[in-house]
Amino acid sequence: MQAWAPGRRRISGILLIMKNESLAGYREVEHAADWELEVWAPDLVGLLEQAARGMYALCGMRVLGEGRQRGELNLPNAERERLLVTFLNELLYLLESEGLGFDGFDLELSEAGLRARLEGGKASPTSKEIKAITYHKLQVRQGAGGLRVNIVFDV
Amino acid sequence: MVSLKDLHKISDYEWEIPKSAREDMRVPVRIFATRRLLEMAMVDESLQQAINSATLPGLVGHVVVMPDMHQGYGFPIGGVAATRYPEGVISPGGIGYDINCGVRLLGTRIPVDSAVGHLDRLVSALDHYCPSGVGTTGHLKVGEKELADVCREGSRWALKQGMASEDDLRRTEEGGRLEGADPAAVSKRAKERGRAQIGTLGAGNHFIEVDVVEQVFDAGAARAMGLAEGMLSVQIHCGSRGFGHQVCTDYVDEFQGAVKRYGIRLVDRELVCAPLSSPEGKAYLAAMRCAANYAFANRQVLAHYARRAFEESLAGKVDDWHLHQVYDIAHNMGKIEKHTVEGEEVTVCVHRKGATRAFGPGFMGLPEEYRAIGQPVLVPGSMGTASWVLVGTQTSMERSFGSSCHGAGRTMSRAQAKKRVWGEALRKDLEGMGIHVRAGSMAGLAEEAPEAYKDVDDVVETVVGAGIARKVARLRPVAVVKG
Repeated sequence: MQAWAPGRRRISGILLIMKNESLAGYREVEHAADWELEVWAPDLVGLLEQAARGMYALCGMRVLGEGRQRGELNLPNAERERLLVTFLNELLYLLESEGLGFDGFDLELSEAGLRARLEGGKASPTSKEIKAITYHKLQVRQGAGGLRVNIVFDV
Repeated sequence: MVSLKDLHKISDYEWEIPKSAREDMRVPVRIFATRRLLEMAMVDESLQQAINSATLPGLVGHVVVMPDMHQGYGFPIGGVAATRYPEGVISPGGIGYDINCGVRLLGTRIPVDSAVGHLDRLVSALDHYCPSGVGTTGHLKVGEKELADVCREGSRWALKQGMASEDDLRRTEEGGRLEGADPAAVSKRAKERGRAQIGTLGAGNHFIEVDVVEQVFDAGAARAMGLAEGMLSVQIHCGSRGFGHQVCTDYVDEFQGAVKRYGIRLVDRELVCAPLSSPEGKAYLAAMRCAANYAFANRQVLAHYARRAFEESLAGKVDDWHLHQVYDIAHNMGKIEKHTVEGEEVTVCVHRKGATRAFGPGFMGLPEEYRAIGQPVLVPGSMGTASWVLVGTQTSMERSFGSSCHGAGRTMSRAQAKKRVWGEALRKDLEGMGIHVRAGSMAGLAEEAPEAYKDVDDVVETVVGAGIARKVARLRPVAVVKG
């Protein structure tokens, strides 16, 4: 994580959730023991953002109002599924180790990889513990409306 | 989708999916279940995941599935898979993210009747001394060098800190320390996460529970363990916390590349693995052992603080407030062991994911007083229901790589449980049953509601019917601290 500095609140990205007809969103899928999210978006950066928002929603994270911060994550290029897992793992690590959560996402993909400009701040205590983001049946699928993926979280 | 037609019935408690069921299977799948438990398992993907696990390179014998099975990620929960050492592979997903998640049982000579009036104070003290909840930090914070000692020494580190006795270590699987742990194989990030979490329960299904020994089935074995009807006991269920989660995360990621380098084809990416003889395999084994030792130390520190809570709440009020260790056993671990497969003694890496080692009588690694009865197997039930103390048998050595069940096993998703159960109402119900409850989150409590799990008695009757464990005692909860 780089260049954290206090800043004004700015929420970027689209947050249209819980409706199948929405362009981008996520919803919880029944899973016997762990948690599963179905996530969809028109493109990969949208999918990454919705997956992050969905993960935060699952664990009950809220960004607290004070001490807004901005920062940047740079992740090397990888195939889509690995990039998704790596991105979520980074966010999970920042949440657990530094208590930071994000609600502003400005994501850019290039040949070099993912550049994620993030905005957020201190996170509320979360109600659920996510141990890990798994690769179980993880496959980004192309559909008529864009991309779709199911993610299983170990809890 | 697997159906009953795909299974051969071996007995009322044992079934097999033959190797011919799918062309990529390397070994058959052996399932310990009654027909009813099997039908319950067929609503999720556990058997499909067992078949997927049976495709890993280097497997020997069978992939074994326990009656408390449920769908996991990659491997099923309740799965046991043994790969030939060192030619076979090791799979981090076959051990799980919570490396050495396990159970410790402590016994007492405190009659429940003499403690009933003090239980509320006791559960508050346990809640105070044994922090629970998401990302919780404990009363200890260790430096980098000390964390390396924890990784190498496990429970022996706690002994040096005055938080354990030699008897505690003797009555812990592997003496609370796996050989071959190398902190250099652990990432900086895992170490950062581990430093502040020793002595914490965590969240999810982790707990500390005070039980009463309700019924003894094997007086000799119970006597050896210091368990008697009507006396209190304590179970501690937790693992390696963020340290172990990060170790597994790091190696699942690294092995994504390793499978390509070694030409291993996978049906599910969460089954990633590397040859045990490869640099990647060796590094994971060394890191996994660090996390296993961390978990042994974690449960030891929690036991130390549980003793403090008992002293604070019960000293002077009961004749003898002390807690003695019965046993501490892992149910998410990879171990190098010797087993007899098709008449040949082989050295294997046994992956147990949601399955407990259950070695039979005569195993020299057991404390002397347990060698004649077999290794204690601790089977916690769902919250508010019974738990069991069993022992391993010679049959478990022959049929399940010396393994047995680890709990009740979920049947209902967490989302369903939350929809059907209101945490606060559940807390009141439990208190109405005389069970004192402290929980970090009411939603978390609802997710762990008893109706979300199978009946642990059915699971135990199955492993006993199959001969892979014997009953020693049944425990009934009177107080619980829930993560």
